[in-house]
Amino acid sequence: MKDVFHIGGKELTSRLFLGTGKYSSNQMIPSIMEASGAQVVTVAMRRVDTDFEEENILNHIPAHCVIMPNTSGARNAREAVRIARLARAAGCGDWIKIEVISDNRYLLPDNYETIKATETLAAEGFKVFPYMSPDLMVAKELEKAGAAAVMPLGAPIGSNRGLKTKELIRILIEEISLPIIVDAGIGKPSEAAEAMEMGAAAVLVNTAVATARDPVVMARAFGLAVQAGRAAFLAGPGATRRYASASSPLTGFLRED
Amino acid sequence: MKIFYNGRELIVEDGSTIAGLLGRRGLNPDTVIVEYNYRLVKKEEWSSITLQENDSIEVLRFVGGG
Repeated sequence: MKDVFHIGGKELTSRLFLGTGKYSSNQMIPSIMEASGAQVVTVAMRRVDTDFEEENILNHIPAHCVIMPNTSGARNAREAVRIARLARAAGCGDWIKIEVISDNRYLLPDNYETIKATETLAAEGFKVFPYMSPDLMVAKELEKAGAAAVMPLGAPIGSNRGLKTKELIRILIEEISLPIIVDAGIGKPSEAAEAMEMGAAAVLVNTAVATARDPVVMARAFGLAVQAGRAAFLAGPGATRRYASASSPLTGFLRED
Repeated sequence: MKIFYNGRELIVEDGSTIAGLLGRRGLNPDTVIVEYNYRLVKKEEWSSITLQENDSIEVLRFVGGG
């Protein structure tokens, strides 16, 4: 079955997006991409610190991948817009993940500033992917503002805690016509599969892969989980019931009576 | 002459160009992005832009991120 994913003006076959942070070495990134099958990767932009190892992460990203720079570090819409414009001008394409955060403990996004940045950037022709706290009214505002997708968090960034916001994400999937991409918090392939079974359009994973004992094998596991979850969603799971329902025929038993 | 380099004051010689500044700081032009007075400037322009007093220059790079 062909299941093409149209998003942000691109046609993708993989519904796993990967972050590139926290790897022990950027040299690992091409094998991570290959093992996972992911076609979209996020990157960040930072001031150059001369003590920092000098290399450009873009050199490690396979050419067929779509690059989605994030606006991490932005504390308000204005800073996010500035980062987005620079990233595009630097040749990173027109996809942008809006990340506006001023809470340093839980790294929860500022939904209000995120809507403002989305409005501005969508009007400038960006394909805007806002990272947000799952809230139906905010998702509707983002849709109105011209977002390409909505990216609710499953749990705080880097926490590996799974789909803590499951009910709210379920509501977004039901009520919002934009693709819902679960971003942040997914710690295990089973959780990625669960999000996909619920009807998420894609998932974005970083820490779970980067901090695994073997990131390449974990990348493959996530790729398989996302495919499995997506196939299950398309197949339509059967109903749940309270009592047992025999799978074998209830007649013609061979019995000693 | 004083300029603002990545948000901090920096003293540079009069007549310095962007290319000259990056070279003195040991930065590889292929790995950095330069925003000069809030406008992205391409590598080809770096040697022709002479820094002025109170100019603001941001030298940035793409790094791993989620």
